[in-house]
Amino acid sequence: MAVKTLIEAVTEALSEEMERDSSVIVLGEDVGVHGGVFRATDGLHKRFGAERVIDTPLAELGIAGVAIGAAMNGLRPVAEIQFADYIHPAYDQIVNEAAKIRYRSNGTFTCPIVVRAPFGAGVHGGLYHSQSVEALFYHVPGLKIVIPSTPYDCKGLLKASIRDPDPVLFFEHKKSYRRIKGEVPEGDYTVALSQADVKRQGQDISVITYGVGVHLALEAAEQIDREGVSVEVLDLRTIVPMDKESIARSVAKTSKVLIVHEDNKTGGVGAEIAATIAEDHFDELDGPILRVAGADTHIPYAPTLEEAVIPNVDDVVTALRRLAAY
Amino acid sequence: MSTSISMPQLGESVAEGTIGKWLKSPGERIERDEPLVEVITDKVNAEIPSPVAGVIERIVVPEGQTVAVGTELVVIGDGVGAGEPSATRAPAAAPAELPAGQLTGGEAAGDPVKPDPRDAAATGQERVPQGPTGAAQNASPAAIQDEPPAPGSSVGGYGATARPDGQGATTAATTVPRDGDAVTPTRASPLVRRLAREHAVDLSQIAGSGVGGRVTKDDILGYIESREAAPSAPAPQRVGAPSDTPVAPPRPDAPAAPVTAASSRGLGEDEELVPLTPMRRVIAEHMVRSLQTSPHAWGMVEVDVTPLVAARESLVKEWKAREGFELTYLPFFVKAVVEALRECPVLNARWSDQGVVLKRRVHIGVAVAVQDGLIVPVIKDADQKSIGGLALAARDLVTRARNGRLAMDDLQGGTFTVNNTGALGSIASGPIINQPQAGIITMEAIVKRPMVRDDAIAIRSMMNACLAFDHRVTDGAEALRFLQIVKRRVEAYGPGTAIY
Repeated sequence: MAVKTLIEAVTEALSEEMERDSSVIVLGEDVGVHGGVFRATDGLHKRFGAERVIDTPLAELGIAGVAIGAAMNGLRPVAEIQFADYIHPAYDQIVNEAAKIRYRSNGTFTCPIVVRAPFGAGVHGGLYHSQSVEALFYHVPGLKIVIPSTPYDCKGLLKASIRDPDPVLFFEHKKSYRRIKGEVPEGDYTVALSQADVKRQGQDISVITYGVGVHLALEAAEQIDREGVSVEVLDLRTIVPMDKESIARSVAKTSKVLIVHEDNKTGGVGAEIAATIAEDHFDELDGPILRVAGADTHIPYAPTLEEAVIPNVDDVVTALRRLAAY
Repeated sequence: MSTSISMPQLGESVAEGTIGKWLKSPGERIERDEPLVEVITDKVNAEIPSPVAGVIERIVVPEGQTVAVGTELVVIGDGVGAGEPSATRAPAAAPAELPAGQLTGGEAAGDPVKPDPRDAAATGQERVPQGPTGAAQNASPAAIQDEPPAPGSSVGGYGATARPDGQGATTAATTVPRDGDAVTPTRASPLVRRLAREHAVDLSQIAGSGVGGRVTKDDILGYIESREAAPSAPAPQRVGAPSDTPVAPPRPDAPAAPVTAASSRGLGEDEELVPLTPMRRVIAEHMVRSLQTSPHAWGMVEVDVTPLVAARESLVKEWKAREGFELTYLPFFVKAVVEALRECPVLNARWSDQGVVLKRRVHIGVAVAVQDGLIVPVIKDADQKSIGGLALAARDLVTRARNGRLAMDDLQGGTFTVNNTGALGSIASGPIINQPQAGIITMEAIVKRPMVRDDAIAIRSMMNACLAFDHRVTDGAEALRFLQIVKRRVEAYGPGTAIY
């Protein structure tokens, strides 16, 4: 099995799906001739041609609108938003159109689009190239949101998302693109949506997380293991719909929960997870549900300040220690 | 209007009491604070004064019966109700809307008696401990906040969470805390509460290992496991008094803690089981809890007591003639210790998660061996007494301890403990702290030994003093400084020492 980067897994998934299904198209800014600013669509234009790998104007509302229209007419568009920070102009199309089409048409139409967008901080992108936007869509019924943490998951999840009959937002943490490597099988496989994955087994505390949080948690778990604390790391992979069964299993096992995400804390995904656990598993809890999340501020450009506002391994270890001692 | 009096919580870890003797009979009149009943507990025999004035209507629990804290013992009427035709007061003096009990209570230092039967348990407990002791009168709800309790300590704390009838919670909230023995706030996680419910576990029986003595999931699972591993142990009884079964069964063999769970497993042929007395059980629980609570560190200094021996010898005859009993070394030691505590206040303190709580007053516990155990009565305000005063106070406590006549208050509020282990011939000890204090000192046997003085060998009377201290509260430097001060002060005694 070949070791690949996360972005190579994206490219491979796109390529294989376009090969497999001629209705799959790719569109976005610079995705064609240039191969994408992060090279996610590298080679696709040459291989599948300009009709299926479409360079669009710099207008996200249009990218989303075109994708939705094409999807309703039988295609399976994968739209790329160059940075998740620029998804906001497309918000209306995604929330008011894509999310509602199945319901509004009483099932006559579906909207099988995938909107891919690199997101997240830690690469000195400043205000407009660092945001986490998942919470903004998290609230909206009718959207699935997938955030892979490993190349293996990334390829399998992207393929499953393309094949899903409904709109999927597929957010790729840009810091993971080339930093995270892992084995990726050649050929076709999928990773089912809405299924969390235990990335590390443990007894004492569950860390529920996704995206780069998984890597922070794994590193922190390794550190605190030396202190005799056994940490389980649950990678949600799909944050909507949430895999409540896996959460239930882990909470029943450890009775203590830490939630980690880079997105800022207030009104974030962690709040929903915490509330769900408190509602459904109150009698299983042996400690407060804690969150390690980004500060409620913008992502600064200065590297030291950026470092300060996004969660790091030490933050996770500190929270784990607090829970362990509780 | 009647007032129901319940079994009070006579100190931490006391879960029940036995009615020794009723001092009043039904129909008899009783004044407020007049002795009502003798109660025998694990720790002490106490005379419980009446919290209200009135007439004994009905005695609920007969003499000799053991009941749980909170169980109704007696009902006292105001003397104007039915069944009291010979009402002793003029109707005008006590209008029906203002019952006597309420009137009396209302006048008493902002501590109104609530005649409502639902409040009776709390009222009884709140007031009764105050009776025999003026010192407790200043205890107030504020004291609960000012002085967070020792971790893992009291029945009133965790126990309250496990009591489904809510009565325990009332007890915890209203029992007046004594000094450091404040009630522990109710802290148990949802999981622990559920497990306690499902397995009928009284959380007060478990020494918590979590933050602030919280009983954690592992603690309760371990407890359940050890309990199930000990099939001879009966199900633990609830500490709170369920209203439907007011009389708790006697508990000759109730598991007090994990302490006994393991040790009560099957007996070998060559073994004999000595059943635990209540005192043995309490001592066991305290010792285990203390070692689990405080990281103990020890230090020892040797003290040249040659001049002290001479001083005592010069005083002993005159003292005996005047006071009628032997003058021991103990008051000299206690005096030196309280003076050293004044210089090292951090040892007159206790640990809390919020910080080290310094005690403004110095109450010295004095360990006394009694039949089947050990009891530590407290010399209150020991720093305000002379050596002679300390001797009298210690004599009084020791005598009453050996006769079983100590009151609850005599055992409470100690801020530091002195143990005269030398009387037993010991020359070095590793004492266990009397929770929630910060330290305990032992005075070892006085032994004549050859010592080097001015480069010559001299025969001196030597004594070791051993200190155990809570290493959370302070460190070796301060603890040894304290020991050095004790040493210096004991060595400074001599024939010129004034004892009054």
